[in-house]
Amino acid sequence: MSTYADPYASSRETTEGTVFSVTGGDWDSLVTEIGQAKEERVVVNMGPQHPSTHGVLRLVLELEGETVTEVRCGIGYLHTGIEKNIEFRNWTQGTTFVTRMDYLAPLFNEAVYCLGVEKLLGITQDVPEKADVIRVMMMEFNRISSHMVALGTGALELGALSPMIFCFREREKVLDVFEFISGLRMNMAYIRPGGVAQDLPVGTIDKVLATVKDLRHSFKDNEKLLVGNTIWMKRTEGIGYLDLAGATTLGVTGPVIRATGLPLDLRKIQPYSGYENYNFDVITADTCDVYGRFLIRINELEQSLRIIEQCAQKLKVLEGAPVMVADKKIAWPAQLAMGSDGMGNSLNHIREIMGTSMESLIHHFKLVTEGFRVPAGQVYSAVESPRGELGAHLVSDGGTRPYRVHFREPSFNNLQSTSAMCEGSMIADIIGAVASIDPVMGGVDR
Amino acid sequence: MAPWRSRMGLEEKLPSGIVLTSVEKLAGYMRKNSLWPATFGLACCAIEMMAAGAGRYDLARFGMEVFRASPRQADLMIVAGRVSNKMAPVLRQIYDQMAAPKWVIAMGACASSGGMFNNYAIVQGVDHVVPVDIYLPGCPPRPEMLMDAILKLHDQIYAEKLGPNREKVIKEVELAAMNALPIHQLKGLLA
Amino acid sequence: MTQDQQGAFGASSTGDTSGYGGLTQAALNIGSSQRPFGGYFDQVADDLERAYPDFADAIERVVVDRGELTLHIKAARLVDVALILRDKLKFEMSMGVSGVHYPDDKDRELHAVYHLLSITNNQRIRLEVSVPDTNPHIPSLVEVWAGSNWNERETFDMFGIIFDGHPGLTRILMPDDWQGHPQRKDYALGGIGVEYKGAVIPPPSDRRSYK
Repeated sequence: MSTYADPYASSRETTEGTVFSVTGGDWDSLVTEIGQAKEERVVVNMGPQHPSTHGVLRLVLELEGETVTEVRCGIGYLHTGIEKNIEFRNWTQGTTFVTRMDYLAPLFNEAVYCLGVEKLLGITQDVPEKADVIRVMMMEFNRISSHMVALGTGALELGALSPMIFCFREREKVLDVFEFISGLRMNMAYIRPGGVAQDLPVGTIDKVLATVKDLRHSFKDNEKLLVGNTIWMKRTEGIGYLDLAGATTLGVTGPVIRATGLPLDLRKIQPYSGYENYNFDVITADTCDVYGRFLIRINELEQSLRIIEQCAQKLKVLEGAPVMVADKKIAWPAQLAMGSDGMGNSLNHIREIMGTSMESLIHHFKLVTEGFRVPAGQVYSAVESPRGELGAHLVSDGGTRPYRVHFREPSFNNLQSTSAMCEGSMIADIIGAVASIDPVMGGVDR
Repeated sequence: MAPWRSRMGLEEKLPSGIVLTSVEKLAGYMRKNSLWPATFGLACCAIEMMAAGAGRYDLARFGMEVFRASPRQADLMIVAGRVSNKMAPVLRQIYDQMAAPKWVIAMGACASSGGMFNNYAIVQGVDHVVPVDIYLPGCPPRPEMLMDAILKLHDQIYAEKLGPNREKVIKEVELAAMNALPIHQLKGLLA
Repeated sequence: MTQDQQGAFGASSTGDTSGYGGLTQAALNIGSSQRPFGGYFDQVADDLERAYPDFADAIERVVVDRGELTLHIKAARLVDVALILRDKLKFEMSMGVSGVHYPDDKDRELHAVYHLLSITNNQRIRLEVSVPDTNPHIPSLVEVWAGSNWNERETFDMFGIIFDGHPGLTRILMPDDWQGHPQRKDYALGGIGVEYKGAVIPPPSDRRSYK
């Protein structure tokens, strides 16, 4: 052991052996000490602050040279207590909280929560068709923007810098559509129990169709760069192998299980929000590896564009249709409009509630202060988010506040498979495998 | 003003006056134009930070496109996202590992004040853990808002004093903070 | 499952000036559903009884509500029922464990809810297990569905339910040395009041609100 105690590269004995703390400083003394140790295995901590671990994920690796013998995930660094927070808000306010769980797919969180609330209320049939079509369109746009981040950051972590720029460029186009329709780029709280918060502004369909055309053209950049690229394939083929048996028992859903060949997509097998009326394919691969998942994500983009085009055709026919349930005791009352000082209550709505209709005023007041009451019971609703099956378990005790909200997050369940995918491979392969699972730590930790 | 002391040596030998002022201006100009951020993206704000660094809202024009993963090489820590109680010691450790001069932007409502999450799990504002130079509200703030915050920070950095001037300013700020009226005594301002 | 509620406002610390203090909402108790259950639920219940003859012992209640089937199972029989469901009735995937805390349901305070998906038959059911606060032990299902590992750790972390037979039951979301189980109803939300220009806005758990 070194005779000089280096404050930046100290070591101490513990029950598990010698622990070296490295905070910069003299590497030579550290390397000499490790060399003198009898053990060949080294335990390395990656994260929670690390450029390649896809968020605040901590990976504890046991290494033998470059080979990983054991990998364990430490999570919880982004635990926000959202589920407990919702218990102190009313049912509509829950939407704004739930949106921020899986922050790359906020509309999916909102949709599954609102589908659950509607199931508890028993108004699933009463949600107007236009609201369903808008929900499907926004969700598919969200799928595109989420896959863009997944592809971009995955490629960045493996060393490819251009896909990151391309992907964020396409994502900006989708965020423009979001801003046009809902007012916000991210975390919109647009889907509410009973429908959507406000109607589509004039010119939406043209903008949507123009964006679709633009995206279809721009997606080729990424495809031409990465699909079939030797370096990319060497880094992703055969990496992160997880077959069907492993995926089923671990509860893994989404592109990971579709890469094993099973076409498990909730939009087809248990459709919601009118998905049975759209033509699209479920993309699968049969290589069970990172490259297969990457191809699935690239091809799902085109399927999403197909669905959006069909939505736009439907919306052309549905001009002027309502976007909220007819029952005024549940429907969110606000009609928003752009004023001189930003977006706020539309003057038409204010004129109506203050001048014309006493019932509207009462409904507005009661819904905003008290919220609606949901009959007691529990329900589980699920949607197919970009990462897999996103489920919401909602328990109501008959009041205006949720009794318990639990989200079955695909990232949480998918991340468990890291050990199964990565043990026995090299450190660089772990990065690829985690990127292909595409965990969003906000969803993992909630 | 964060009370890190710069020990360049030169400005401590110079008397306050014209020469030190020129050195201050030069150092401020150099520092602000190549501020390297440390990656501390946590949650939703991190995505907007990445969007700010990407093609459309380009941070490279300010010399900031290199997000250094190693805090040793970074000047600016943009705390983007909600800091949970489990993450707070890690945040402090990263801040300590950064070499002075260093600045912190609290990006977003959760970093500035705990945001909408007023509960057991979230630190109610990262200024409980690290000294913050700019608080940026928003949930999440648009990339343009982040750039505005960075430009305001640039102005602050340009105006920062060195050497004996800096010691003086730090003392003044501390005295003002000690003598300031506490918030619960600020009455009559609800209008 | 819940008790009678008095009044309409949430905060009990301030005086109630609403006039709604006399309102009483009756307690809710969900009973067992009768056959026929409807849809595929009858087929599932029949298959289960055929495959597991002791089913009548294991089950406490069958509830069909809002298009979903819930089987309330006794904690001791959980692993048997789970194995039958996985192997004979083809419920290959478990969606995880969700904990719920009903402090008013004496001796059955902690519920663990399992959602199962059958890919082969495209069916979903729910299993619910209730244990008392004084003895919160439920057998672990990690041997049946490996994906329950982290979910059970999370339910332990948030509610204090101890899963017997779990390979490593430790905290997963909170720091390792955290005291208490946050999502229980007797654990405070933990917010702080916000001071603004002389006024203090209380945290959401302390504000006046409708129940």
